[in-house]
Amino acid sequence: MTVGTKERVAAGIGESAPRPDGVAKLSGNFAYGSDLWIDGMLWGATLRSPYAHARLVELDITPAVVMSGVRAVLTQDDVPGRPTFGQVEQDQPVLCDGVARYWGEPVAIVAADDQETARAAVEAIIVEWEPLPPVTDPDQARAAGETYRDMVIRRGDADAAGSVVIEGEYETAIQDQAPLGPEAGLAIPDGSGGVDLHVTTQWIHIDHAQIIASLDMEPDDVRCHPVGIGGAFGAREDISLHIHVAMLALRTGRPVRIVYDRTESFAGHVKRHSARMRYRHEADDEGRLVKVTVDMVLDGGAYAHTSHAVLANASFFTVGPYKCDNVFVDAAVSRTNNPPAGAMRGFGAVQVCFAYESQMDRLAEALGLHPLEVRRRNALGPGDPMATSGQIVEGSLPTLRVIDELEAIPMPDAAIPDDPRRLPGGTGLTTPKDAVVRGVGFALGLKNLAFSEAFDDFSEVLLVLTPAGLEIHTAAIEVGQGLVTICEQIARTVLGIQAVAWVSADTSQIGSAGSTSASRQTQMTGGAVYEAAVGLRDKILQQFGGDELTNDGVYSGGELVATLDAVTADAPIEQWVRYRHPPTEEPDEFGQGNPHAGFVVAAHRAVVDVDPELGLVRVVQIDTAQDVGKALNPQAIVGQLEGGIAQGVGFAIMEELILEDGVILNPTFTDYLIPTLLDMPDVGSRLIEEPAHWGPFGAKGIGESPTISSTPAVVAAIRAATGRPLTRVPVRPQDIAGV
Amino acid sequence: MHFLAAGDLSTALDARAEHPEAELLAGGTDLMVEVNLSYHRPAGVIAVRSCEELLEWEGRRIGAAVTWARLEDGPHRALGQLARTIGSPQIRAAGTLGGNVATASPAGDGLPWIAAVDAEIEVASRSRGTRIIPWTEFFVGVKETTLAPDEIITAILLPEQMPVSQEFAKVGVRNVMVIAMVNCVVARGDDGFRVALGSVAPVPIRAYRAEEMINAETSISDAALTEFARIVSDEVRPITDHRSTEAYRRHASGVLARRLVERCLAA
Repeated sequence: MTVGTKERVAAGIGESAPRPDGVAKLSGNFAYGSDLWIDGMLWGATLRSPYAHARLVELDITPAVVMSGVRAVLTQDDVPGRPTFGQVEQDQPVLCDGVARYWGEPVAIVAADDQETARAAVEAIIVEWEPLPPVTDPDQARAAGETYRDMVIRRGDADAAGSVVIEGEYETAIQDQAPLGPEAGLAIPDGSGGVDLHVTTQWIHIDHAQIIASLDMEPDDVRCHPVGIGGAFGAREDISLHIHVAMLALRTGRPVRIVYDRTESFAGHVKRHSARMRYRHEADDEGRLVKVTVDMVLDGGAYAHTSHAVLANASFFTVGPYKCDNVFVDAAVSRTNNPPAGAMRGFGAVQVCFAYESQMDRLAEALGLHPLEVRRRNALGPGDPMATSGQIVEGSLPTLRVIDELEAIPMPDAAIPDDPRRLPGGTGLTTPKDAVVRGVGFALGLKNLAFSEAFDDFSEVLLVLTPAGLEIHTAAIEVGQGLVTICEQIARTVLGIQAVAWVSADTSQIGSAGSTSASRQTQMTGGAVYEAAVGLRDKILQQFGGDELTNDGVYSGGELVATLDAVTADAPIEQWVRYRHPPTEEPDEFGQGNPHAGFVVAAHRAVVDVDPELGLVRVVQIDTAQDVGKALNPQAIVGQLEGGIAQGVGFAIMEELILEDGVILNPTFTDYLIPTLLDMPDVGSRLIEEPAHWGPFGAKGIGESPTISSTPAVVAAIRAATGRPLTRVPVRPQDIAGV
Repeated sequence: MHFLAAGDLSTALDARAEHPEAELLAGGTDLMVEVNLSYHRPAGVIAVRSCEELLEWEGRRIGAAVTWARLEDGPHRALGQLARTIGSPQIRAAGTLGGNVATASPAGDGLPWIAAVDAEIEVASRSRGTRIIPWTEFFVGVKETTLAPDEIITAILLPEQMPVSQEFAKVGVRNVMVIAMVNCVVARGDDGFRVALGSVAPVPIRAYRAEEMINAETSISDAALTEFARIVSDEVRPITDHRSTEAYRRHASGVLARRLVERCLAA
């Protein structure tokens, strides 16, 4: 028996462990979906509807079929199985079923020897449309009964009344996830009737289920493999080119690649729902909420996608992190001919946060209170019932602490900067220093953790210990947020083993890890890794009669009794788990019950410099206090906070898809503007560690929070600087200038 | 598709005469975007960015293929200011002033400067030799110019008398890398102020009425500047599109012109 060194494992939880994909991404060596390539492959292209609503009068593919180099031209008639797809409702045709219901809807697909031929073939297809009047007004659609879901929340006394009444109408536009990596897929036939599909995604198993249904194939005959993802933010939670590229490969018997260009990407994925929200807050003389009444409509666009769940979130989070005993919500998500809406970071909680935080500011103003004071007086905490569902908040919810910690972050230098690039208008040199007015605004946001409303939410992980170290097998998707790093840290800390590797599994190798969305993977796949690691450790300790596992091996009473090599000498040791969070319930017909698995809260303070005459804004600083449960990797968290704030700033002052008769007018990065480094404020952050009641080490998912309340904080700051009401985001120069 | 990388102007002019259907490629920052966006395959391409004659920048003559990156640090203050607002460093390393003139986008950031300093466009062809076209006769519509299919823009010619002060500003919702909602150059010479604006009409325009008004003032009061801004707003001819509204563009035109006059006065 020898005594080992028992060195503490490095890069465990709580450390800012470096990302295993970091160097590859910075040096250009990381393989993204758009890098998919195999010798002999064909190139796919897609014919799309130029109208938001039109009847397909004639579709003649012959001119494309006869072109040299064209290998297949397919339409809806060629879909082997279920002609439609969709996560919740299968209502979207794989290819146009005779009526196009949104601009850019896929009509036909082509595979050809090269990209240019494929595109030329698409243009050669003869297609005649009879344009139909598009339904583009979600209120009108709702009035006509065209909704995917209606939500009613009735809680408390409808006759309750407050002495202070604040009424407001708010609007949020369509934001695009704008991931830098476009949709990409490579389908490779296996020679025996099956196909391997390599595709950009956030949830490979939900893709798989839809793909096999439309291909009419057995699960084992279609293997879906995740590929390198260049950002997602919800855009990849629904099917885009998946079925198309597989159909082309199966038809031609050759590998086929489809990669969307930028404009096609804007047309080809779901977006953030636009919203119109009518709010009435009633409060007592001290500013405590007495009753909140809300009517809202979200625009779901042409097909359902995840609209059901987005509406539920918008409804349940309609009051924010505040207590209120009487809440009445009527909400609907409409079916229109606008681009289909679906998941985007914040998932329904973003739109209402802009509305309820605008209302809270007006309430504070009406009572002469500081904006944070009125929030303190209403702060929701553990043991309180949710204002909407009545669900008692379980675990941690440090609403008061995020307010206190936010206030403790130092303010930026009060002087207006000298560098013109740091003034409103930036390099455009529009604004002299003396035209600048500074404003400060605050906002809080509330979000649920993981999936809700009785969804069977789980993640599978298989841990394999070999002489080389530990392998984490999972189908969970790393979209750039750092999941791989976090899971490796968890495994190292639990097992004490240094060498940990991530093995990205395909759909034939392991069950679902669920979606990389809903702020859920740190807790769900991280939780699965934690539970599997504990199981693996206990199994090994039992087998070798030890009391501690380290990087050297198994110890008993301080003595090394088996080295890691000895432990794995006979065979690798495996541990599989399917991890679930505490069950949630379907709410009743009045929205009452326990629909959520837990909550996360954040607060933001924005400092902005505004040129009121030109309506231009430079966001100087955004500070945030974030409920994190437990900071598993502080640097990764700060990365999420900063990235989420960038997206929140974008939605506050520039990001908007502009529609005319359902047609997107700005589907390019020339005209869909996202913040650059020069638009990005400095960020100060405080992480609040109060452990969650489930998940690894008490950690909470924090991917969405930074986006939710940063937007209303920026708008509040612009209001403070200008006195303008600003009831719509994004705020445009003409809204501030008042012209 | 024909592709020719011309090493000198003579070769380029021969090619242009023989293939008037071909597109000219200088920096490619407009052409390649167009090719990618529309899947447009040019009938032919004549690359001119290596033509020595077009890269020369001597005194009053700025070669058409001089890049924004070179213009950023040049002697013309407003030209440097506007060059620094164009795209990213990569775009500025490739894009050229001549290309901006040839594309003739209403939002072209170089165009108000050309209008403000009253520059001329020097063009060449085998059939007509060298022509010198006043800017007022060169830009005729949205992305439309009087350049003939066999001609190449060779240089931007500056007047002998350059303004003593010149200032540029551009409004966009992003603080860098943005297409102008309005861009403006005000130049001040011995004959007074000249005010040029872009993105507010199909072509770059001068606000002649506003110039006349402000140049008639013996001492420029706050009230005069207010009236001047009002006239500029009235004089521009903007449209509403996905980038901005007519009302905002009018408003911003007046505000920018006034602020640039103030900057010239302070210079």
